[in-house]
Amino acid sequence: MKQGMKYGMKNQFLLAGLFLSGIVFAGIALGAVWTPYPPAAMGAGKFLPPSAAHLFGTDQFGRDIFSRVLRGAGTTLSIALAVTAMGALGGVALGAVTGYFGGWADTALMRLGDALTAFPSLLLALTAVSLLGPGSKSSLILSLGLVFIPGFARVSRTAYAAAREANYVKSARLMGVGRGRILLIHILPNTAPALLPALTIGFNNAVLAEASMSYLGIGVSPPEASLGYLLSEAQGMFSLAPWYALGTGFLMVAMVFGVGLIGEGLGKGGAAEC
Amino acid sequence: MRIHLIKAREGGRAGGYVLRRLGALLVTMLAVSFLAFGAFSAISGSAASLRLGTQGTSEQAAALEAEMGLDRPLLARYGSWLLGFFTGDLGTSLSYRQGVGELLAGKAAVTLALSGLSFALIAALSLPLGLLSARLEGGPLDGLHTAFNQFCMAVPPFFTGILLSYVFGIALKLFTPGAFPGLDHPRQAARHLFFAALSIAIPRTAMTVRMLRGVITSELRRDYVRTALSRGQGRGAVLRRHVLRNALPPVVSFLAQTMAEIVAGGIVVEQVFGIPGLGRMLVASIGNRDYPVVQAIVVMLAFWVALAGTAADLVNARIDPRLRFSQAETGGPAA
Repeated sequence: MKQGMKYGMKNQFLLAGLFLSGIVFAGIALGAVWTPYPPAAMGAGKFLPPSAAHLFGTDQFGRDIFSRVLRGAGTTLSIALAVTAMGALGGVALGAVTGYFGGWADTALMRLGDALTAFPSLLLALTAVSLLGPGSKSSLILSLGLVFIPGFARVSRTAYAAAREANYVKSARLMGVGRGRILLIHILPNTAPALLPALTIGFNNAVLAEASMSYLGIGVSPPEASLGYLLSEAQGMFSLAPWYALGTGFLMVAMVFGVGLIGEGLGKGGAAEC
Repeated sequence: MRIHLIKAREGGRAGGYVLRRLGALLVTMLAVSFLAFGAFSAISGSAASLRLGTQGTSEQAAALEAEMGLDRPLLARYGSWLLGFFTGDLGTSLSYRQGVGELLAGKAAVTLALSGLSFALIAALSLPLGLLSARLEGGPLDGLHTAFNQFCMAVPPFFTGILLSYVFGIALKLFTPGAFPGLDHPRQAARHLFFAALSIAIPRTAMTVRMLRGVITSELRRDYVRTALSRGQGRGAVLRRHVLRNALPPVVSFLAQTMAEIVAGGIVVEQVFGIPGLGRMLVASIGNRDYPVVQAIVVMLAFWVALAGTAADLVNARIDPRLRFSQAETGGPAA
């Protein structure tokens, strides 16, 4: 009875999250090819408040803020996806090999991962950017992606280590299935219950990390603008155009909140692995 | 009698445990500082040629590298740098032409105050809210509350910070964003730091509440709770007297990891509120490619986080003596 209710509740989270994320991501995807106004066009009046013509109002050059935010969210989204993909691919590969085979490499890598995850991820990313040279999109993606690897490695290592002695894996080994095939075809799909929530959390952290770095002026540099850069610009003119910061923040929160709800619905959204 | 014996033995082991944890802390600090030093000295050579510009000859570059001490072997340089770190001599900033130690001394105090205040806020808010949240489990408000929790985690500290600094700073004039009064004026400084700490604390409090709720609700299903309840003890008393004590160690470990996130949040929030701490200096120095400063700040912040982690382990061993034994071999952070 209680189990059933809980299940129903989780599905509600999943549905609400999919609904919200569906709208937000469809909007961002549309923004990549079409925006209400060209993001750099300076036609309209300065600092116009939100209206039907300009949903989020206009900025100090009379540019349509909604169009700029939509395009900026696209930049943030593409970076976050690249970072999550890099972290997940690297982390799952490392976690699969170390978890399945064990041995001294496993111990050494996991100890290193423990040490790294104990440090502020933003500090690590800033250090990496500082070493790779700040101000370029590729060094931003590379340094954030590297920082995200240990977290994914830890999650998938646990899942692979648990699967090593499972009966379906043993029987696959006995039937002479190759190691690569066991790791990829047999075990990987079974790690989904742990991996999918980790992906939603990783994606959200990537969005927030990218936004933080760009807010600090260390992420992508103009003319390309991401949500973090737009927020730092909006902060300077908050008293003249509060809708600028509010609109930008609204879209960022909607992005992260939607995916967070999906993660909540997919199961252990945080408490278990924290 | 038996209890006394066990207590005495624990007393003997506890000292050993503390020593082992402190040893592990020392190893961590050495490893971190060496990694940071190695990484930054690998690119300092290019920093030397960067300072000379395109006109520099190879003799000039060699002379400059000798001046910066880059011609000595890595381990020797690390040794003298580490010695300098603990005696306050951190080298010279490339862009400020000033000792890194004197440059950072006041800023470190500000950052410590900010992260201490954030930590206090998180601890003070999340314990009562976590208990409340555990009570709501399964009730009609449960779903709404979980969604609200997710929402709080979705709002990044720098966005909260922008809103708070406008509402309480510019509109209500409780402090002046961008004009930090300095720690010599404790009252004004505390007001300024409070709102910065609050914006760091909100998402982390939501995470701690969530985790506390998970621990408490699983603890409530244990046999000893049923026994205590069947003996006629009230629900609230069982929660406070028995459950909380068992639920605390994972929460303390979690709060120690929170210190890492507080430091990360502080880097951004210092920028939002215009607080002259290590975070702002770090961002500026990365932009200036001022490696001696970046390196010193990275190591300082990492040490601070490692110290917090060790402190949490020691507190936990105090709350739950079993942890001294289960962790004795691994020596890693309790997670």
